[in-house]
Amino acid sequence: MKTVEELKQIANDVRIDIIRQVSRAQSGHPGGSLGCTDILTVLYFNVMDITPENAVSIDRDRFVLSKGHASPALYAILAAKGIIPHEELKTFRQLDSRLQGHPNMNMVPGVDMSTGSLGQGLSAANGMALANRLDGNDHRIYCLMGDGEVEEGQIWEAAMAAHHYKLDNLCGIVDVNNLQIDGTTDHVIGPNPIGPKFAAFGWNVIEIDGHDYNEIQNAFAEAKTVKGVPTVIIANTVKGKGVSFMENNVDWHGKAPSGDLIKVALNDLGAQEE
Amino acid sequence: MARATREAYGEELAKLVQEDPKIVVLDADLAGSTHSIKAGKVAPERFFDMGIAEADMIGTAAGLAASGYTAFASTFAMFATGRPWEQIRNSVVYPHLNVKIAGSHAGISVGEDGVSHQAIEDIAIMRSIPTMEIYCPADAAETKAVVDYVAKTTEPCYIRLGRAKVEDVYEEGNVPDITKIHVLAQGQKIAVFATGLMVKSALEAREMLLKEGVDITVVDVCAIKPADEAGIVEVLKNHDVIFTAEEHNIINGLGSMIAEVSVTYCPRFIHRIGLPDTFAESGSAAVLLHAYGLDGEGVYNAIKSHI
Ligand SMILES: Cc1ncc(C[n+]2csc(CCOP(=O)(O)OP(=O)(O)O)c2C)c(N)n1
Ligand SMILES: [Mg+2]
Repeated sequence: MKTVEELKQIANDVRIDIIRQVSRAQSGHPGGSLGCTDILTVLYFNVMDITPENAVSIDRDRFVLSKGHASPALYAILAAKGIIPHEELKTFRQLDSRLQGHPNMNMVPGVDMSTGSLGQGLSAANGMALANRLDGNDHRIYCLMGDGEVEEGQIWEAAMAAHHYKLDNLCGIVDVNNLQIDGTTDHVIGPNPIGPKFAAFGWNVIEIDGHDYNEIQNAFAEAKTVKGVPTVIIANTVKGKGVSFMENNVDWHGKAPSGDLIKVALNDLGAQEE
Repeated sequence: MARATREAYGEELAKLVQEDPKIVVLDADLAGSTHSIKAGKVAPERFFDMGIAEADMIGTAAGLAASGYTAFASTFAMFATGRPWEQIRNSVVYPHLNVKIAGSHAGISVGEDGVSHQAIEDIAIMRSIPTMEIYCPADAAETKAVVDYVAKTTEPCYIRLGRAKVEDVYEEGNVPDITKIHVLAQGQKIAVFATGLMVKSALEAREMLLKEGVDITVVDVCAIKPADEAGIVEVLKNHDVIFTAEEHNIINGLGSMIAEVSVTYCPRFIHRIGLPDTFAESGSAAVLLHAYGLDGEGVYNAIKSHI
């Protein structure tokens, strides 16, 4: 188990790696990656039982990055865990790289589902949770969705199924940053309130500050103890967290910084250009 | 000039919504990327961002069309045709509703986003729906001609658009009938039927081959369906070896369409240039088009290897 201070240090390094990957590739999605970094850090370092040794196996807890555009965060976490070489982050989005723009489960150890098309991950997570029950193991399945992503109807089909099949070995997380691509979620189509919708589908709902390490850890711990129904963590986050000009700014959803802005971004995170 | 066909789509649609109060525009959280927001800016009351909910967008477009409107619905080609395929078939095409689906970021030239976003099956799945029309313009001017044309018909259709900038092939306002094939360069013996940004690649290959004394014919096929069968047969008759070039799986796209016309009316050897039934990967548009043999050099190499 890492202490909160250690987790914060790891998360900061992950954020630096997100900016470096996206800047080198001159493409990718910094905002939604920075915003879910604290959640992923807790998940991979203090919650899931994934290690470099069992990364290619399914005999462990698994994670579905349903909002697959946050791949730079996942790759940086896998590098921080020693599951993929840190050097490899330099190949992000380049020809012949394992680190595809959106995650490919057959290329990268530790990537448990190929994603990128929004709305599909929760269904796959349900399938994994059902398989775990059939196999009689007590591994847990985690699935991170975006608050824009839950506008997809398939999410709610899956929400209904997860409750119907009593998938208490499943824990969903919705990264609520109030932004999607065309603007704020409220402006575009209004998916809010998301927690009460899951509650209406029969889920156990825990709402937290997605950057507060104690709240994140407590939520995952509580989810493990809830029996008979799936749990969803509604995590309120700041898109672009950690980089001043990206925070809460829809422009940085899917755009890479260039020139001086790379310096500013790294400086915000206490790092320099390589 | 180099412009992306998606930009031209937005520009032309913005013009049309001002002229015709019965046009409505829908998008699925990609209005900036597809440029449909340009129409949304000038007619906000007839612009509906449906959020990240493509199936709902198509169904809603169907309802608007069933109420007398001409509905233009756009998002990335993958999510415009793949996610809501069955809604398109059963709620739009079967009831013959006036919905124009525009899929931008088609093909591998969407680039770094990778396979999940690279629609190389969209022509195939749209083509297999009975009566569905498909237009794949080569440049900005042809895109505007397509938008103008489909706005005047009552047919459901799919318009295939790209993310990357493409050099102009046509002069704006001077595009011949888009329902017919266009012979852009007349050569001998060898003809290339190309669609979308592959038209430019084919024209580049032609320049390279000309230097070696090989004079090929280059044909722009914007109307994939219904096909200009008479025009295609005319080209087949006058050439011995045929190539097709598309930024799409070689299965069930332009190459298959040309082959179907050929086996029925005028058998020829046909070599299909495209993705050889393989997924691509992440990389910049230029790097990918080169790596997968779809730039001018790739078309040149493909032709050289068969003559
Ligand atoms: C099915 C589908 N439709 C559209 C897209 C394009 N797209 C990528 S990210 C995104 C917005 C996602 O917003 P949200 O889920 O809130 O993610 P976050 O804010 O955490 O980045 C969209 C529309 C997609 N990847 N998949
Ligand atoms: Mg969001």
